[in-house]
Amino acid sequence: MSANGNGAFVSVTKVTKRFGDLEVLKQVDLEVPEHGVVCLIGASGSGKSTLLRCVNLLEKVDEGEIVVDGKPITNGDVDVNALRKKIGIVFQAYNLFPHMTVLQNVTLAPRKALGISRDKAEKHARLLLQRIGLEEKAHEFPDRLSGGQQQRVAIVRALAMGPKLMLLDEITSALDPQLVSEVLNLVRELAESGMTMIIATHEMQFAREVADEVCFLDGGVIREHGPPDQIFTDPREPRTREFLARIIEAGRL
Amino acid sequence: MRNVLHAFVDPFYFRQSLPDVWSGFLVNVHMMVVAEALVLVLALALAIVRGLPGRGAKPLRGLAIVYTDFFRGTPLTIVALAVLLGLPGAFKAFTNTSSEALGVVALTLVYTAYVTEVYRAGIESVHGSQRMAARSLGLSYGQALRYVVLPQAIRRVIPPLLNDFIGLQKDTAIIGAIGVTEAAAQGTNFASTFFNFTGFFVAAVFFVYLTIPLARFTDHIIRRRELLERAAAV
Repeated sequence: MSANGNGAFVSVTKVTKRFGDLEVLKQVDLEVPEHGVVCLIGASGSGKSTLLRCVNLLEKVDEGEIVVDGKPITNGDVDVNALRKKIGIVFQAYNLFPHMTVLQNVTLAPRKALGISRDKAEKHARLLLQRIGLEEKAHEFPDRLSGGQQQRVAIVRALAMGPKLMLLDEITSALDPQLVSEVLNLVRELAESGMTMIIATHEMQFAREVADEVCFLDGGVIREHGPPDQIFTDPREPRTREFLARIIEAGRL
Repeated sequence: MRNVLHAFVDPFYFRQSLPDVWSGFLVNVHMMVVAEALVLVLALALAIVRGLPGRGAKPLRGLAIVYTDFFRGTPLTIVALAVLLGLPGAFKAFTNTSSEALGVVALTLVYTAYVTEVYRAGIESVHGSQRMAARSLGLSYGQALRYVVLPQAIRRVIPPLLNDFIGLQKDTAIIGAIGVTEAAAQGTNFASTFFNFTGFFVAAVFFVYLTIPLARFTDHIIRRRELLERAAAV
């Protein structure tokens, strides 16, 4: 059977993903316990985003198995839409719908995919927007918001579906430095509330703070994984050391 | 020069031809409105079919491609002749169909092909990340298309859409050449009765008057939308 005997909420087993001849993930194993936060670090192109996208089937794996919430999702007969309703994903480029107001962005999926009434969906959305201090922007279009505000709306849009798992794909990489913290604070709150998350990030300080486990990806392989303190202070693999040394050099840790 | 003016824009004949050309022009407007409504719907359906994913939809996609290739490449005059003269000749069911209705069929066949391409360009111009974001929220393919992709796509193609509709309006005159008594045909009648071509000028004035408000209206819609979405862009 699957590697799900230990109660992991997500378990990735020997997953390989190829784009043409290029192997972007090679025999990757990953376990995320319920309420756990796993951070994926590594250079661009190391496979972090691809791994996240495989978990909600935006990418199809070529080999291996992924089990989410006790159900294998990689054997072909899974209901993709049902799976995605319980997995939220937030992208680097926000990807808000530009033709809809903030409120419409947040309520679209609950109304259409979950069949919740407009009244109920809007009430819930307003509550969520209030929580992030953007209630007064409910009727604005995304273009009128700052990057940080847009990204927080994107997070709330995912949360409005009541997901059991959140995937965050370098969500601060497109932001001006002074806007990063407002987004990270929101993620921090989410982690504290017990949300299960897989976070691909370049924010090492943040990873160190919120992660239960940090995985260092390098060339499609998880080179090293462990508790954040160990990874950041006592990395065992030479490749991890090299990567972190370069990060420190760049002043980002 | 005076002869030319007399032949084409004579005030006396202008007044003389006005009522007949006007009644003919109402036929143009009627054909145009019905054909445009049909084209808007059919072309959208065809564009959606052309974008369907997966191997199973391949035959459907193929049919849509054959249709647009054929009718975009065929001159309207030929299609109109085939429909207005051919259909009633070949099929008993069409012997009592009015020429005007057949004219609408011909216009719809050809312009659906054009407008399908316009829609398709619009759909393809919406960045894939929009569809991906919609799908990742649990929306189905159809829902993502309907609520996220199409609204953005259609807004973007309003100007070229209008362009095609001005073309359609004008091409209703071609139907007149094959036996529907519309504005241009009335101009011809007038010319052969009075040996004066002012009726054509009158018809031309009507056509121009019809397109100008349409163009301004579209500009207005686009500008209003842009103001709403981008006014205080950061």
